[in-house]
Amino acid sequence: MIAFLLAQTIAITGGTVYPVSGPKIADATVLIRDGKIAAVGTGVAVPPDAARIDATGKWVTPGLIDGAGQMGLVEIGAVAGTREALLKGDTIAASFNVAEGINPASVVISVTRIEGVTTVLAVPAGNLVSGQAVLIDLAGNTIEEMLVKSPVGVVLNDSETGKDFAGGSRAALVERVRRVFRDALEYERRRADFGRAQLRPLSASAADLEALLPVLHGQEPLIAYANRRSDIATALRLAREFKLKLVLAGAQEAWQIAGEIAGASVPALVEPLDNIPSYDALGVRYENAALLAKAGVKVALMETDTHNSRNLRQEAGNAVAYGMSWEQALRAVTLSPAEIFGVADRYGSLEAGKVANVVVWSGDPFEFTTGVEHVLIRGKEIPLKSRQTELLERYRKLPVKY
Amino acid sequence: MRHMWLLLLAVIMTSGCATGAARPAREGGPAPTPAQAPAPTKPAAGESSSVDRPQYASTYQRHPNPPVLIRNATIMTATGQEIASGSILLKDGRIVAVGAKVDAPADAVVVDGTGKFVTPGLIDEHSHLGVYAAPGTDAESDGNEATNPVTAEVWAEHSFWPQDPQIPLAIAGGITTIQALPGSANLIGGRSAILKLIPARTVQEMKFPGARYGLKMACGENPKRVYGQKGGPSTRMGNMAGYRGAYIQAEAYRRKWDKWNKDHQGDPPDRNLRLESLAEVLRGDIYVQNHCYRADEMANMLDLGREFGFRIRSFHHAVEAYKIRDLLAAAGTGAAVWADWWGFKEEAMDGIKENAALLQQAGVRVNIHSDDPSGIQRLNQEAAKAMYAGVRAGIPVTRDQAIRWVTANPAWALGLDSLIGTLEPGKIADVVVWSGDPFSVYSRAIQVYNDGWLVYDRNDPAHQPRTDFQLGQTPAAGGRNDR
Repeated sequence: MIAFLLAQTIAITGGTVYPVSGPKIADATVLIRDGKIAAVGTGVAVPPDAARIDATGKWVTPGLIDGAGQMGLVEIGAVAGTREALLKGDTIAASFNVAEGINPASVVISVTRIEGVTTVLAVPAGNLVSGQAVLIDLAGNTIEEMLVKSPVGVVLNDSETGKDFAGGSRAALVERVRRVFRDALEYERRRADFGRAQLRPLSASAADLEALLPVLHGQEPLIAYANRRSDIATALRLAREFKLKLVLAGAQEAWQIAGEIAGASVPALVEPLDNIPSYDALGVRYENAALLAKAGVKVALMETDTHNSRNLRQEAGNAVAYGMSWEQALRAVTLSPAEIFGVADRYGSLEAGKVANVVVWSGDPFEFTTGVEHVLIRGKEIPLKSRQTELLERYRKLPVKY
Repeated sequence: MRHMWLLLLAVIMTSGCATGAARPAREGGPAPTPAQAPAPTKPAAGESSSVDRPQYASTYQRHPNPPVLIRNATIMTATGQEIASGSILLKDGRIVAVGAKVDAPADAVVVDGTGKFVTPGLIDEHSHLGVYAAPGTDAESDGNEATNPVTAEVWAEHSFWPQDPQIPLAIAGGITTIQALPGSANLIGGRSAILKLIPARTVQEMKFPGARYGLKMACGENPKRVYGQKGGPSTRMGNMAGYRGAYIQAEAYRRKWDKWNKDHQGDPPDRNLRLESLAEVLRGDIYVQNHCYRADEMANMLDLGREFGFRIRSFHHAVEAYKIRDLLAAAGTGAAVWADWWGFKEEAMDGIKENAALLQQAGVRVNIHSDDPSGIQRLNQEAAKAMYAGVRAGIPVTRDQAIRWVTANPAWALGLDSLIGTLEPGKIADVVVWSGDPFSVYSRAIQVYNDGWLVYDRNDPAHQPRTDFQLGQTPAAGGRNDR
C-alpha cells in the first residue's frame, strides 16, 4: 500500500476501460504518471518501475462528479456551527465564494470518495443570489490542494424560495435580478464615479456587482436553480436578455420544454430521483433526465444529499431505469458535468493528459452488487477507509474493545 | 432525496408486548386476527379501554377480481425459497398455490412472467404518507401534534389524507401496506395507522382489518429540541422522566379500568384518551414503535419497557443498533433502519451501511424502512444496498433474508406476519411483479396486486391510480409513465 501511495507511475491493467470520450476498451491499460493520465488503450507499454493494479474482470471509469451538495461546507446537518453554505444578511451574495469555508478534514469526504465520487461542486445555498460555487477534488490537506476551479459560476435561486428574498413574488424576483444585473454593468462603466460617490445608490454592494461581471460577460455561467416550467422559462429569458451562459439546476419541469432548452444550448443539472410534487414543481417526474437527454439537452446528474453524495451512482442507475441510455448516464456523471463546469480539458474522461481521477469497480458502477476496488485522485491511490469503515471494524465483533 | 428537514420531524413507533414482572411475556406479541374478520367487539361498558372497539372501524372491502396466475417467473417467496421458474395463483384475495407447476382455473387471468420476478408486496414500517402529504405545505403538515410532549391521545388516521399524491407513487414502487406514524416531536406522539395502500376516499377504507395500533414514541434530540424552550423536556434525562411519568399514570388508569371491567361495581371510571392508549401498551395490545438513534438510548428504552412490563416492538431509525445488536436480540426487539442515511444530525453520525447485515447476523428482526416519500418508492433498492454492503464486508446475507427486510420482517413488526409478508398458500395476495431482479437498480415494479386486486400496472393506464390532487394539471403531473 505504501508503495502505491508513493508511486509516481501506476498502471491499471486488464480491465474494461470506459473512457467516456470514446467507446469502451476491453483488456486495456490506464497508465498514470505524476498525477495525470499518460496513456489509455490496449497497446500501452507499462514501464518496469510502475506500480500495477490488476483490474482483470473489473470496470474502469473516470471518477464520478457530483454537481451538487455542500461537501466540506456541512459536517452535521442540524448543527449550525458546522454549516458554511449560507450567507446571512445579504440576499445578493454574488461575491460570496464558498471555497474558504470548506473543511478539508470533513469526515464526509472520505465516506464519499471511497465509493467512487472523486469530484463535487460545492454550492452556496439560499438567498436570491446564493454566491459562487466551486469545484473540488475529494483529496488534499488544504483548500488550495482540493480546488479544481473557483469560481465555477454564480448561483441564482430562481425558485419558490428565491422570491422570499424579493418581496414575495416571482415577478419581483426577476425584476430585482434585472436591476442588479443592470447596476453591475452601470457600475462597471462608471467605476470612477462610484469611487467619487457620484453614482446613484446601487441595488447591491460593489463587491457583489463586481462578482457578477464575469457572468454578465459570459465568462462564467449563471447557475439558476429553477424547477417550475415558468421559472425555467424566466431563466432562459434572462439569459437571452443579458447574453448569459446559463446552466439550469434542479430543472424538475424542464422535460415540458426540453426542446426549447436544447435549442438555447443550455445544459441542465438534474436529480433523477426527484418526483415528489410541490407547488414549485407539480410536474416533477422520474423521466426528466431521460426526456431532456432525448431532446438533446446536455444533462449532468446530481445527488443533492451531501452526506449521501455517494448515491450519485444510484441516481444514475435510476435514470437508466427511466429511459436514459447507460452511456448517457455515465457521461452525465463524468464528462458532461466537467464540460458544464468548464473543466473538460482536465476532467471527466480517461484520456492522455487529463487529471488521473480513476475508479476501478467490481462491475457496473450503477449496480448495487458492485463495489469500489480502487480509487485514484490526481494519480494517488486513496485508502478505502473512512470513519464509517472504522466504526464497522470496531463493532464487527462484540464485546467491543475500546 | 431531500429528506433532511422532514426527517428531523419524523417519528418512530415501537410496539410493545408485555414482559417482565407486571405481565407474562408474550413472545412475538399478540396473534393477529384474521384479515377479513371484523375487529372484535367487546361489551359497550368495556370498549372504552380497549383497542378492540367497534368505533373507528375499518370499512375496507376487497376489490372483486378474477383469479390471476403469474407463471414462469422467478418467485422470491420470502420463506427461504427462490423458485427459478415458478408460478403463483391468486384467488379471492388469497395466495392459493406457489410452485414449479400450478394449475389455474379456466377463468384465471394468465400473466406471463418470463424474465420477471415476483415478491410479496412491500411493507414500510415507517411512513408519513398522508400525514405529511405532498405538496408539503403547512396546511398539509399533520404529523406532529407538537403541543405537549405526551400526546398518546392522537391517532395518525385522523390526520391521514387519502388524496396525498405520494400514495400512487409508493404503490408504483411495490408498496402494499404501510404504518403511517405521527412525527417525532413528542416523547409519545400518538397512535399509528396500519393501512393497505390502495386508492380510497376515506382512511377507514384503507385500514388493515384486524391490525393492532402502534404507539409512536421518540428518543433523543427531537423532543428535547421541540420542548426545550417550551417547558421541557430539555434533556435526555428529562425525556426518560417524561415517559416514566406517563406510564405511571397509565398503570393507575389500567388498574382502575381492569377492576371495573371485572366487577362492574359503581360508575365506570372516567375515560382518558391519552391514558387509554398507554394502558393498551401495558396490556400488550398496542405495539410500541420507538424512534431511537443512539445505542445507549435504546438500552435505556429497553429498561423502560422492563420497568412497566412491555416489550418495545421495534426501534426505528436505529442507526446505532449494530452496536447493541446482542441486547436487541436478547430482548426480542426488532430494528427498522435505513440502508445508508447518516449525518443529518448528531445522533445520526454513526450510521454505517453494514447496520442491517450485522443485525441480521445477530438474529435481530431487522427491516428497512423509508420515513420518506421518495425512499418508500424503492425499498427494494435500499434493501439491495444494505445487503451488498454486508456481503462486501464479509457479513453473510442471503437474498431471501434481504427480501424479508422489506416484507416478512416489517409484517412481523406490525403483528401481521401470519397474514402478509411471504408468498405462501393462505396468505393475503399482496404481490409484486418486477421487470427483473428487484435487487437491480434497473428493475421496476410492473404489477402490484393488493389483496388480489391489480392496483397498479405500469403498462396499463387503466391501472395507474391518480389522486384527486393530480387532476387538471397541465401536462399530467409527476410520476406518470406515459412513454
